[in-house]
Amino acid sequence: MSTATERDEVVKEPSMLKQKEMIADNYDRLTRAKELGLKVSSTYVPGNLNELVMCFDMLNNLPEINAIQNGMRKKSGGLIMDAEKMGHSEDVCTYVKADIGNMAKGAIAPNGKPMPVPDLLLLSYTGCFTFMKWFELLRDQYGCRTVMLHVPYEGDGKITQNMRDYVVKQIKEEVIPTFEEVSGIKFDIDRLRENLRKSAEAEDNFVWVLESAKNRPSPIDAYFGGVFYIGPIFTAFRGTQDAVDYYAILRKEIEGRLAAGEGPVTPEGDMTEEKYRLVVEGPPNWTSFRDFWKMFYDEGAVVVASTYTKVGGVYDYDGFRHDPDRPLESLADYCLGCYTNRNLPTRVDMIEGYIDQYQADGFLVNSIKSCNSFSAGQLMMMREVEKRTGKPAAFIETDLVDPRYFSPANVKNRLESYFQMIEQKRRGGGPPARAA
Amino acid sequence: MRKVSEIVEFCQGLCEDLTFAAAREWKDAEPGRKVVGYMPVYVPRELIHAGGMLPLGILGGGDNLEVIHGDAYYQSYICRIPRSTVELAVTKRLDFVDGMLFPSICDVIRNLSGMWKMMFPEVYTRYFDVPQNYEDEIGGKYYQHELMELKQGLEGVCGRKIGDDDIRRSIDLYNENRRLVNAVYDFRTKEPWKAPSWEVYLLIRAGMVLPVEAHSQLIEEYLDAAEAEDRPMRDNCRIILQGSFCEQPPLNLIKSIELAGCYIVDDDYMLVTRWLLKDVPSDGDPIRNLAQAFIKHSTETAAKYEPDGARKGKYLIDAVRTRAAEGVIFAAPSFCDPALLDRPMLANALARENISYISFKYAENSGQMQPIREQAGTFADTIKLWGEA
Ligand code: SF4
Ligand code: SF4
Repeated sequence: MSTATERDEVVKEPSMLKQKEMIADNYDRLTRAKELGLKVSSTYVPGNLNELVMCFDMLNNLPEINAIQNGMRKKSGGLIMDAEKMGHSEDVCTYVKADIGNMAKGAIAPNGKPMPVPDLLLLSYTGCFTFMKWFELLRDQYGCRTVMLHVPYEGDGKITQNMRDYVVKQIKEEVIPTFEEVSGIKFDIDRLRENLRKSAEAEDNFVWVLESAKNRPSPIDAYFGGVFYIGPIFTAFRGTQDAVDYYAILRKEIEGRLAAGEGPVTPEGDMTEEKYRLVVEGPPNWTSFRDFWKMFYDEGAVVVASTYTKVGGVYDYDGFRHDPDRPLESLADYCLGCYTNRNLPTRVDMIEGYIDQYQADGFLVNSIKSCNSFSAGQLMMMREVEKRTGKPAAFIETDLVDPRYFSPANVKNRLESYFQMIEQKRRGGGPPARAA
Repeated sequence: MRKVSEIVEFCQGLCEDLTFAAAREWKDAEPGRKVVGYMPVYVPRELIHAGGMLPLGILGGGDNLEVIHGDAYYQSYICRIPRSTVELAVTKRLDFVDGMLFPSICDVIRNLSGMWKMMFPEVYTRYFDVPQNYEDEIGGKYYQHELMELKQGLEGVCGRKIGDDDIRRSIDLYNENRRLVNAVYDFRTKEPWKAPSWEVYLLIRAGMVLPVEAHSQLIEEYLDAAEAEDRPMRDNCRIILQGSFCEQPPLNLIKSIELAGCYIVDDDYMLVTRWLLKDVPSDGDPIRNLAQAFIKHSTETAAKYEPDGARKGKYLIDAVRTRAAEGVIFAAPSFCDPALLDRPMLANALARENISYISFKYAENSGQMQPIREQAGTFADTIKLWGEA
């Protein structure tokens, strides 16, 4: 999730320009919210209710995205240390600390202007316990109104009617009335339906794009490239015409690449040779994003499926779409179904399926120090996937936005030996070994 | 009547026994008996007990367990309790446990529930979710349904229906147990020199393994024995220990704090024993009563959302007042998200009330107590000398 700025130095495709424009416009509106008379709500990516927020003419500000932006601009390291000096433990999620450090510095948006103080914190507690504490911390700082949407965890790997009813009731009886109060706008379910219809249209094309990686060569990189593709659908654009247009443009571009037999676009141009097809679990590192990506495309490794691109909504695995005919229920199902809200056995099944359907050569875990939600259990997941698929797996450790935990030499070494291992395996060299 | 030292020795034996012999013995005493394990921070033990089963608190491996396999399951930056719990399981120390409940406390325990499902498919495993919404009609209803589902799952383990009267009887027994646990805490508040914290810890910890009836008896016995014993009062300061609600500190850590000159007059160990703040009514619909007790009268801790920002940390300030404490020691496990994320907010709340605090981290197998003793000693001296740190 980020702007396209990292890539457009080399290649400027229409979809990238479109996304860049959308993001710039959004930051412009956010930082001019007061002047434009717009109210702002802050909320998280997983389980965000963008279609609903738009019904109240409010803007959506996403703290993780701001942390990512600061990570990619190499500012997060200092912000994290500031937060630690303020008494935040070195052991906890660095998104939280990057955000808190940024607030202490006046919460500057990527356009250089200060972010507005939110009028409402919408705490969508989906898939990660830290979110709850993070918003308590933000509330402590902003002192603004907060409304909680507690999304139960799919402990048994399924959504029960009780879970769905609970989420719907909270949306109906707590979230909507609070938004009405803060915005002064009455809720209109038809407006919500229309937004959801647009979401579903964009989601169809988004899934098509992800699934284009089943082709050989894959026309996309579903991890490093994927983080750009998820941008609109995961953030403040789901349910907008802009998102519909963006995914239509993107799909057309990828159709073109497919027809031409082209591989993915990288920051250094088109990838010419696809040597290794990988499935990756875990978020990327943002502080050295480009160097990290280079370690893959230099070796001819393309990521054909990733779990990170499911963190703000799973649209491929069981075909979920936002549904205008079941507006609140489908919002509930969306929140309940986000990747890290699914239990570990489901995550393993999902990955196993990707390896098979996308004809991957191997499975790589990028384990993030910050993120227990993703990371706790990944070693076991790795072994299980390896056992079930017979494909070699590898484990690397980095962090999201804390540069202290990205060791380029280590990561590179490990990746290189992993690629050798895949080669060996291809040549029929023994049982799956592990580069961890 | 047993002496305090005998009671405490018995409790220590239970705490240190990583084979869970007492629970195994209970299970073997009658054919068909079942044991259901649970992790911190809260499960309604009444429902397990109502099915004639033994609720068994699993709090990791402590400092005596050598973790060999567990480290292969967890990265270095994850706390220790899940790895030592996995160690207990893969070394078959928990092979007599028929069900496992993983409460909603953090993402580590949450994910461990899924690992358990994959590792031990024959064991009834449930992630026990609780509402973070405290409205009767919303969180209350949801929780009642969750309790019903849990009850059905437990019926599958014990092989019979769990009737309302069974639950009512269990509610009474746990009410009594909670009253007794609170009585121990009150006794310690009044005369902390008569109930050293490491003893109190072991006494309450025994309730993780013993049947509730036996544990209640044990507490009564301890209270009588401790009351009767003459112990010298020390010139210690009075502190509250906060943040140790999941992974347990080594016993030595508790002893060290006391030796350094601090009476611990409140803590958040084994909150399951004191989670509900009032008796649960045993007449009427027992499931509804348990749900209501949770929604309306349960303790505050990092694993719970505080809907009212102005009340954040108030429970801790109230505890400082009611326990006549002079300061707070934040002692959290390394890498413990809930405790460590909560800490700055609690610390701010304390600072606003001019209540002194210090913080440190530990692991269940921490060996070096010297730094902690020094830190706690300096804290105690400062409080005694200046009235504030
Ligand atoms: S712990 Fe993970 S999912 Fe949660 S806020 Fe941090 S990075 Fe996001
Ligand atoms: S010690 Fe903290 S982080 Fe670890 S399992 Fe317990 S609550 Fe979770």
